[in-house]
Amino acid sequence: MNIIACVKQVPDTEAQIKVKADGSGIDDGQIKWVMNPYDEYGVEEALRLKEKNGGDVTIVCVGPARAMETIRTALAMGADKGVHVSDPALDNADAFVTASALAAVIKGLPHDIIFCGQRAIDDDSGQVGAMLAELLGIPQLTLVTKLEYAGSSVKVIRPIEGAQLSIETALPCVVTAQKGLNEPRYASLPGIMKAKKKPVDVKNAAALGIATEAKAKVAKTIPPPARPPGKIVCGDEPEQKAAELARLLREEAKVI
Amino acid sequence: MAKGIMIVAEQREGALRKISMELASTARKLADAGGDEVSAVLLGGPGVETLAAELGKYGVDKVFVGEDAALDPYVTEAHAAITAKIIKENDPAVVLFGASVQGKDLSARVAAKLATGLATDCTDVKIDGGKLVCTRPMYAGKCFGEVTFNASPAMASLRPNVFPAAENAKAGAVTKVDAKVDAASIKSKVLEVQKDTSGKVDLTEANVIVSGGRGMKGPEGFGILEELAGVLKGTVGASRAAVDAGWRPQKDQVGQTGKVVSPNLYIACGISGAIQHLAGMSSSKCIAAINKDAEAPIFAKADYGVVDDLFKVVPALTAECKKLVG
Repeated sequence: MNIIACVKQVPDTEAQIKVKADGSGIDDGQIKWVMNPYDEYGVEEALRLKEKNGGDVTIVCVGPARAMETIRTALAMGADKGVHVSDPALDNADAFVTASALAAVIKGLPHDIIFCGQRAIDDDSGQVGAMLAELLGIPQLTLVTKLEYAGSSVKVIRPIEGAQLSIETALPCVVTAQKGLNEPRYASLPGIMKAKKKPVDVKNAAALGIATEAKAKVAKTIPPPARPPGKIVCGDEPEQKAAELARLLREEAKVI
Repeated sequence: MAKGIMIVAEQREGALRKISMELASTARKLADAGGDEVSAVLLGGPGVETLAAELGKYGVDKVFVGEDAALDPYVTEAHAAITAKIIKENDPAVVLFGASVQGKDLSARVAAKLATGLATDCTDVKIDGGKLVCTRPMYAGKCFGEVTFNASPAMASLRPNVFPAAENAKAGAVTKVDAKVDAASIKSKVLEVQKDTSGKVDLTEANVIVSGGRGMKGPEGFGILEELAGVLKGTVGASRAAVDAGWRPQKDQVGQTGKVVSPNLYIACGISGAIQHLAGMSSSKCIAAINKDAEAPIFAKADYGVVDDLFKVVPALTAECKKLVG
C-alpha cells in the first residue's frame, strides 16, 4: 500500500497565544512546537495500515524550516520518508494554498490512501483535507473515528450531530482523522536514531508550480474580547450559594 | 458582476436544521445593508421543495431547489457538485454555510472546486466597503482573526448557536434546478445511519452545557451533572482530564482538542480551567464555575463563581432550578 500522511507543526495546546501589538499575527518567540494532535492520529493509522498490509508511509508537510522537526518525529514513529514544502512565500498560506502545495506533491507520488488531521489546532480551519481531495479528484471522508481497509475500498465511521454514519468509499481517498481513531505511539529511541537517516525531499513553491497568494487572508489578528470581571457568589452554606447562583442565572443573566 | 448573498441550507430527514434559519437571518441582515437579494441552495431527495417556504419565512427571496434521490442522505461528492454548479450559474458575491459537520465538509470541497477562499466557523460577519469581512476564532479562541478575501465568491461558514434566527418573511420563491447526479462520479456510499437515541442535543448545538472535570472524582460523579442538565434541558460535557481518564466518551470533550462550544450557559463543575479547556468554551454567553479551589483559573473566565464542594452545590442547584423552571 502507498500511504501518505500530511502533518503540520503547531503550537502546543498549553501554549499562551499573544497577539502582536500591530495585529500582524501572534508572537511566536516562546512557543513550544509540536505535531498537530489530529495529524498524529493520521500518522498512527497510516503506520497501522502499513504494518498490517505492507507498503510504505510518506509524510508530507508544508511549513517553515522548523517543521522539519515534526517530519522527523513522524519518521521516528515509523514512517519511511518525507517531503517538506518549505518556502517563505508560503508563510501566509491559507487552506487553499496549502492544499494546492500538498496536491502538487501527492500527484507525483503513488497513493492509495491519504491521511490528514481533521483540523490543525492553530488556525482551526478544518479545510485542507477536503480541498486536497477535490484537487486530486478523489473522495474525502472527514472526521473519521474508525477505519477498516478492504483492498480496493475502506469502510469508516464518522460521527455527525446526534448520529454516527458508516460510509464505504473506493480508494484512493482522503481520510481526516478525529480523536478516537487510535492512540498514537511514542517514537522509540531506536526509531529516533533511524529517523535521522531517512530521506526527506525539500521543495519550494516554484518547483511545485503553485500560486502562493492566499484566497482568504487573515488581515488582522486580535485578542479575544475581554470578559467583564465575574462575581463570586456569597453564602454561608453550599445550599445558600446554590440558591443565589440559581437566582442570578435566572434574574440577572436570564439564561435559565 | 457577482451580486447578492447565497446561503447553503442544511436539512436532515425532511426538516431544516436550526443553522439554516441562522444562516437565512444573517444573510438577510447583510443583504439589507446593501440592498441585495438573499438566495438559498436547498438540496435533498424528492419532496425537499416543501422546506423552501420555511426559508422564505426567515428572509430568503429565492430558493434554488435540487431534488434527486442521490442527494439524500448527504454525500459529499453529490452535494458539492450540485452546490458548485448553482453557485457558478448565479454568481453570488457571498456564500454562507453552517459550520456544522456537514457544512464544514461541504464548504471546503466547494471552495476548492471554485478556487476561492473560505473562512471557517465565523462568529461575526459584516460587509465593509462592499466586501465580506469575517471574524473567526483561531487557536480555539485564544485569539481571533479578521479575514478578507482575494477571490469570488467570498465564502464563510458560521458557527452554530452564535447568530440569531429571526423571522422576516420574504418570497422564498422556488426555482427548480437540474440536480441529476452522475452516479458513476459518486465513489462514497452511506451504509448505515446509527442514531444517538439518548435524545441529547449535540454539544455544539446545546443552549446549556453542564461540564465536569477531574473534580468529579470518577464516572459515577457525573450522575449529578446529568440530573442538573436534565432540569435545564442541557447536555453534559467534560474536560480532557475526564475524557482521558475514561470517565466520559470522547464526543463529550470540550476544548482545543475536542469541541469548541458557545452555549447560552456553561456550568463548569470541578474543572480547574486548563488553557486548552478555556479555549474551547470561553465564547459561551454566560459561564458559571463551581470549584472548591478559589485559585482555579476557571474563575477568571466565569461570570459567576461558587467556591465550595460541588457535590453539595450541584444537587442543591438542581433542586433550585427545578423550582424556577418548573
